[in-house]
Amino acid sequence: MTKHFYSATIALAFVALSLWRPVPLAFGKPAGGGSSLKGEVKFEGNAPKPTRIDMSQDPLCTKAHPSPATTEDVVVGGNGGLENVIVYVSDGLAEHDFQPPQQAAVFEQKGCQYKPHVLALQAKQKLEIVNSDETTHNIHPSPNNNREWNMTQPHGTPLEQTFAREEIAIPVKCNVHPWMKGYIAVFKHPYFAVTDKTGHFEIKDLPPGNYTITAWQEKLGTQTQKIAVGSGEAKPLDFTFKQ
Amino acid sequence: MRTSFKKTFAAVAALVFLWSMSAASQESHIGNLTGNAKRGKALYTRYCIYCHGPEGDGRGESALYMDPKPRDFTKAVFKCRSTPSGTLPLDTDLYNTISRGVHASGMPSWKPLLRQERADLVAYVKTFSSAFQEEKPGEPVVIPAEPATTAESIKRGAELFQTMNCWSCHGKDGRGHGPSAATLADNKGNPIAPFDFTSGTQFKCGETNRDMFRDLVTGLDGTPMPSFVGAMTADQRWDVVHYIRTFATSKSHAAAKNDTVGQ
Repeated sequence: MTKHFYSATIALAFVALSLWRPVPLAFGKPAGGGSSLKGEVKFEGNAPKPTRIDMSQDPLCTKAHPSPATTEDVVVGGNGGLENVIVYVSDGLAEHDFQPPQQAAVFEQKGCQYKPHVLALQAKQKLEIVNSDETTHNIHPSPNNNREWNMTQPHGTPLEQTFAREEIAIPVKCNVHPWMKGYIAVFKHPYFAVTDKTGHFEIKDLPPGNYTITAWQEKLGTQTQKIAVGSGEAKPLDFTFKQ
Repeated sequence: MRTSFKKTFAAVAALVFLWSMSAASQESHIGNLTGNAKRGKALYTRYCIYCHGPEGDGRGESALYMDPKPRDFTKAVFKCRSTPSGTLPLDTDLYNTISRGVHASGMPSWKPLLRQERADLVAYVKTFSSAFQEEKPGEPVVIPAEPATTAESIKRGAELFQTMNCWSCHGKDGRGHGPSAATLADNKGNPIAPFDFTSGTQFKCGETNRDMFRDLVTGLDGTPMPSFVGAMTADQRWDVVHYIRTFATSKSHAAAKNDTVGQ
């Protein structure tokens, strides 16, 4: 009897082990209360003057700019709104296996700069990389939590990649044109937004709950706020960065 | 009694299976050789630890005095691969690097070690990163037959050297002094110099034309050297190889050849 019990337990343990894997709880988005977070990220103080970029080593780059191109690490709009800030839910979401959207996120090389300068997408979402310039670029992300790759892309050739894991944010560079810098943020959920030219953002379809919201800026760092979101609510939320 | 025996047998078989699964991740396969990580560890502790460090993170005692820095195995990013950029190398790729050594670095050729010992080292090096358990290596590159070097292929290669912006780093004269050269850094933030093609033919990942072709497909991950996989056709890559060969003068080429005989 004991022998029976012993061997059966071992066999059972084996079956359990072989079947074990992280269980996805559900697919798609959880049925949300259709709430949203809407607001503005402001810059307070004297906005730093954008620095001119010397692109003279590649005439195909200079040609694309009738007036000289400038750096994009801190871009403040006329109304004091801060562009290229990623606002995202950093805590409070229930454990959930979010499927990536069907639509690809697009990262473009144009005028030997990245458009957008800061891109946010979901893990495993298709990333379509476009070279609209006449010159040849190499696109080279430096991730810590994803695999590093480095691809040459002449004008007009297609290139598609994905990032498997969450990482906020991966610096991207072009080694051929050393001034080219951008960021790609990878999220395991769809609750993120990047501020537009006026510093505005909106996170849509958020289920009710208590969340920590983080605002990330490449040079000015991060800020967090805690917020309670009810059902069907349009909740205002603002951030202010100072320098 | 009989059923009990059967059940025990099944349980033991299951355990053996589980054990072999975990052992497989501690192995390497090079041709008909099977490398063993446990034996590899003993060899690593004797030969590799001074530079690559006890944790395999490239921070051994000698690392401070070295340029370029020893490889950090915990990142599982390797320059010399037969697999696409962003994928893990094959066991044979790591074996070849250990055997060949890496020119212009502190990494010597380990051909004095037995083939079995080098295979054991590969198995141990792979244990420093969980990536080798979680992911599979990429599909190895297929290298087609090389067309003859002609004046035309060299000319086409020269044009591609321009349009592909190779000159931005390697320089128009191939000396590695292009306008972007001084800004280059590796994935650890250390400055890294582009190859000076006039200095000879001792490329990091092998010296033959096929090695050069493969480098153009895979790129040298962890460095600024990108993959040209979708950027050029196979014929165009051969053209670039033929053009790059023209940078080394016959004198420096002969010197490199002498060196590989191993004085």
